[in-house]
Amino acid sequence: MATIILLAPLVGALICGFGWRIIGERAGQIIATALVFLAAFLSWIIFLTFDGEMYRVVLLRWIESGSLGSEWAIRVDRLTAIMLVVVNSVSALVHLYSFGYMAHDDNWTEREHYRARFFAYLSFFTFAMLMLVTSDNLVQMFFGWEGVGVASYLLIGFYYKKPSANAAAIKAFVVNRVGDFGFALGIMALFFLTDSVRFDEVFAAAPALADTSIRFLWADWNAANLIGVLLFIGAMGKSAQLFLHTWLPDAMEGPTPVSALIHAATMVTAGVFLVCRMSPVYEYAPSAMVMITVLGAATAFVAATIGLVQNDIKRVIAYSTMSQLGYMFVAAGVGVYSVAMFHLFTHAFFKAMLFLGAGSVIHATHHEQDMRNYGGLRKKIPYTFAAMMIGTLAITGVGIPLTHIGFAGFLSKDAVIESAFVGNQGAFWLLVVAAGMTSFYSWRLMFLTFYGTNRAGTVGHGHGHGHGHDDHHHEPHESPTIMLIPLGVLALGAAFSGMIWYSVFFGDEDKVRDWFGMDAAHHQAEEPAVAPVAGTAAPAPVQGAGVATEAAPSEGAVIATDAAPAEDIHVARVAPKGAIFIGPENTVLHDAHYVPKWVKVSPFIAMVLGFALSWLFYIKNPSLPGRLAANQRPLYLFLLNKWYFDELYDWVFVRPAKWLGGFLWKRGDGAVIDGSINGVAMGLIPMLTRLAGRAQSGYVFHYAFAMVLGVVALISWLTLSGAQ
Amino acid sequence: MDNLLSIITFIPAVAAVIMALFLRGDDAAAQQNAKWLALLATAATFLVSLFLLAGFDPANTGMQFVEEYDWILGLQYKMGVDGISVLFVMLTTFLMPITIASCWTVQTRVKEYMIAFLMLETLMLGVFCALDLVLFYLFFEAGLIPMFLIIGIWGGKERIYAAFKFFLYTFLGSVLMLVAMIAMYWDAGTTDIPTLLTHNFTSETFSLFGIPIIGGLQTMLFLAFFASFAVKMPMWPVHTWLPDAHVQAPTAGSVVLAAILLKMGGYGFLRFSLPMFPVGSDVMAPLVLWMSAIAIVYTSLVALAQSDMKKLIAYSSVAHMGYVTMGIFAANQQGIDGAIFQMISHGFISGALFLCVGVIYDRMHTREIDAYGGLVNKMPAYAMIFMFFTMANVGLPGTSGFVGEFLVLVGIFQVNTWVAAVATSGVILSAAYALWLYRRVVMGELIKEALKSITDMTRREKAIFAPLVVMTLLLGIYPALVTDIIGPSVSALVTDYQAAIPASGASQLAQQ
Repeated sequence: MATIILLAPLVGALICGFGWRIIGERAGQIIATALVFLAAFLSWIIFLTFDGEMYRVVLLRWIESGSLGSEWAIRVDRLTAIMLVVVNSVSALVHLYSFGYMAHDDNWTEREHYRARFFAYLSFFTFAMLMLVTSDNLVQMFFGWEGVGVASYLLIGFYYKKPSANAAAIKAFVVNRVGDFGFALGIMALFFLTDSVRFDEVFAAAPALADTSIRFLWADWNAANLIGVLLFIGAMGKSAQLFLHTWLPDAMEGPTPVSALIHAATMVTAGVFLVCRMSPVYEYAPSAMVMITVLGAATAFVAATIGLVQNDIKRVIAYSTMSQLGYMFVAAGVGVYSVAMFHLFTHAFFKAMLFLGAGSVIHATHHEQDMRNYGGLRKKIPYTFAAMMIGTLAITGVGIPLTHIGFAGFLSKDAVIESAFVGNQGAFWLLVVAAGMTSFYSWRLMFLTFYGTNRAGTVGHGHGHGHGHDDHHHEPHESPTIMLIPLGVLALGAAFSGMIWYSVFFGDEDKVRDWFGMDAAHHQAEEPAVAPVAGTAAPAPVQGAGVATEAAPSEGAVIATDAAPAEDIHVARVAPKGAIFIGPENTVLHDAHYVPKWVKVSPFIAMVLGFALSWLFYIKNPSLPGRLAANQRPLYLFLLNKWYFDELYDWVFVRPAKWLGGFLWKRGDGAVIDGSINGVAMGLIPMLTRLAGRAQSGYVFHYAFAMVLGVVALISWLTLSGAQ
Repeated sequence: MDNLLSIITFIPAVAAVIMALFLRGDDAAAQQNAKWLALLATAATFLVSLFLLAGFDPANTGMQFVEEYDWILGLQYKMGVDGISVLFVMLTTFLMPITIASCWTVQTRVKEYMIAFLMLETLMLGVFCALDLVLFYLFFEAGLIPMFLIIGIWGGKERIYAAFKFFLYTFLGSVLMLVAMIAMYWDAGTTDIPTLLTHNFTSETFSLFGIPIIGGLQTMLFLAFFASFAVKMPMWPVHTWLPDAHVQAPTAGSVVLAAILLKMGGYGFLRFSLPMFPVGSDVMAPLVLWMSAIAIVYTSLVALAQSDMKKLIAYSSVAHMGYVTMGIFAANQQGIDGAIFQMISHGFISGALFLCVGVIYDRMHTREIDAYGGLVNKMPAYAMIFMFFTMANVGLPGTSGFVGEFLVLVGIFQVNTWVAAVATSGVILSAAYALWLYRRVVMGELIKEALKSITDMTRREKAIFAPLVVMTLLLGIYPALVTDIIGPSVSALVTDYQAAIPASGASQLAQQ
């Protein structure tokens, strides 16, 4: 079944991409979509029936060299099951949505075929993403990693006639490659130290890494920390964390369904997935974990500040995505991987929906993306409005404080913030402030788009509206049903996914452990059923006992015989059981349930403040934002220009690289190498060229003949001298 | 089948002789005959070489299909292949029919052109099969001549300059190699390569003009061979002949140059330098590794600055050859496996990229990047194939370009993390220059008036690319096709090499 899930999108991509000339564009689109729906359906079966026991399917041999071995293989465990559902569900819905969204496109003329190509790319992306999440070794993961990068490149640059789209596509690929640079070095280091790239073998060796030191570049490093940091650099690129984030906003050049699928729900979360997948290593890499937490929190904060002032509807959501990714990394960084996955899971629903909703708005307003040209749309496109409202309630985290009732974001984001309070107080405060800003810009988006009066044509209008034959041109219209269905389905997810799966991601620790297939953190390992009772009734003893038994997260057999002390891990060299690993000293997941009440309420308060401020700015007193921007002009420009990261990188990296290239070519190759080092020998060339200058091509034969003679002479001399 | 290697090697030469003797006239019919004859001969060579592949036993790390005869002047004619060389033979026979098919539109001196390529094939195959120093040298040097002619006669405007530069660079390197070969003969008393492989060249440190030469004779021999192979690869900083040669060479010439001729350098390192002069290699390895790392970054940066498509791809070739030398001198299983894999893979990918340039050069007669733009609008099939090979060139996993690079980097990381980090940064730069090139040529609106009537690839052109696409994907998805064959031989090579190092390393320390 897993094999079908994996290959169905690839088959769809190939049929749609190459076969459409034979079967027709529409048939190609339908086949591709149907196959992804099939994959999504099977994924839900796996997700709902999965019992926590990891199994793998080996498909084919892959790179082998000496002790390095890797296969094309599918690893199915809880992490994979979650990602399968996320990837395939969103992908299927985006495929469906694209039937409507891509039906007409002003970027193409009537005779140009672009739809089949678009669907083929989408399906190919889905395949690459599935390769990433199902991989059983780091190299296959790298395949998926780069594969989604290519798909992203192709889809960002989908409108290949637009220079801005081409530039954005290259930027995305190259910046991601910077991350891949770290990822690749991390894989090399892991192989160097553990002699394997397969997850199980790497995980088994992970405890030993903590005690190993490795010489890398200028210094000696703790091996686990070094690997953790290198792999995280890869994650930073893919997940647009601070310093490697500049590609994500530009990636909005791609069609909106792409933004929903790749740049919100799936690909950008690959970095979070990587950290969770590698949790057995990260648990032994405390410094790397601190780095993840700090960068995650900083990203969440910085992205939120930029999101406050952006005017392009898609860019607002893009910065919001970046910010939410920061939340996920904080959760992973403090060691609560299940919560990182929880937020990833719920975020996929509500963020995909926000993007598709934005796409619906853009579709309705004939490819207008500037929010200053919206206004008062809620009557015109009521269904889209309803969906966007649910999405906004979800992302801002609306729910009933101190209960487990609320929209998806309420449960998962609060879980992140509570975990952060236990793990890192600084990160906690940054996240709370970011939550307030999230609320502000999300409601700003809603107010500017759907409330007030229609401001169409007031700001910077007039691009690409040359086809005057359309009478209803400026009249916004609701999107077709085929686009509204995905919105409805995702709205369900945004509303309920948090409540339904709260307990398994962030409920009682034993329940979470059981769900992820880990060994239970208590004495009665044989009877997990009693665990919740013990956990809730007597938290303190369980915690104490937990430290003792968690120390043996190896094979069940080891635990059954005796309560293995921590040192046994090094001897046993067996991968810890379960999809994620929580180290012996890591009690954050447990402690996060016992944070003070004010901590639990704080994100809610921040959310309400953000909403109130947004209401004041954009409903009550719409002139206020302009006045504030004028008063605080430097700050406003600083935020509007995205902290000037692009300009900085251009000056520090892009220009010097180009200049250096030219310099090395003209000076290095030209003057130094050709000029001086080989000057003596090369002095001959002009002379010979002059000699041959008059000559016709036939003259060259004479040289050839001379050379043959020369070779013969040399050989004769060699043999004669040798014969003596 | 006793003479399989000789048959493979000399089919093209025989065809060339037949062509020279019996094909008369220069009319269209005669031209067509010459092309068909050349295509048939190279195709036949490929088919026969399949028997070689089928009969090759990977588990046997010694020489196979050995033939040995007395030859003129008391010389030995000895041929044979092992796991390291057999795939280079296959690469050559596989690519030559494609190369011939790619010059279908050539109209000047067609017969001579075909003869040059057929002779070239024989000489290249000879290099990979020869098991005697003199024979090797003969093939190695004589191979220069047809290539020199191909550039010098059928090349572009500056062809004479480029041809001489190509010839002098490579020839000057070879002279040192010849001296070294003579020295080896005096030391070992034989020119038989299998014997030389087991011969222990002295590595006692001696002084030359007061400078102690660590590794002694081995280092000297190593350097002499290095001069030749480094130019051939080409390695930084003796790479400058390559861009000029590529730019001036006709498309088919560039394909052979990049895809096969450059590999002779890498093959030479593996056949001579590493196994015959292990101590010398060990002494010089750090230098070579750094030269390779610099090559990758330096030439990638230079590639960014190019305005000529062929030059850009030529510089990219130099960068990729940097991975090869790096892998070889990492001297471990992953490194050398990766280096060989990279050479094979680069044969397909760089060949295809030069063919990609050829496709539009045939139509527009310019290689200037600025002369193009927006080709995707008129040439969708071309855009797709060019995209595919661009991605293969930047080492996308799933294509053969990734496997070689990855193995080399894994290999080098175990030796020197600095070099590994510098080399890995090449993956960023390669993405930058390759995608930027693609964008400027293929993407965008089609504005330029001259391009408005450009046509997409013909069936013939698609047929040329098809086998290259298949091989690039096949090796990327199932690299065991290559690693199973080279693995045992490389393993033996690495074991012998490592065994030779500690003993002499200890003696070095004892002396100091």
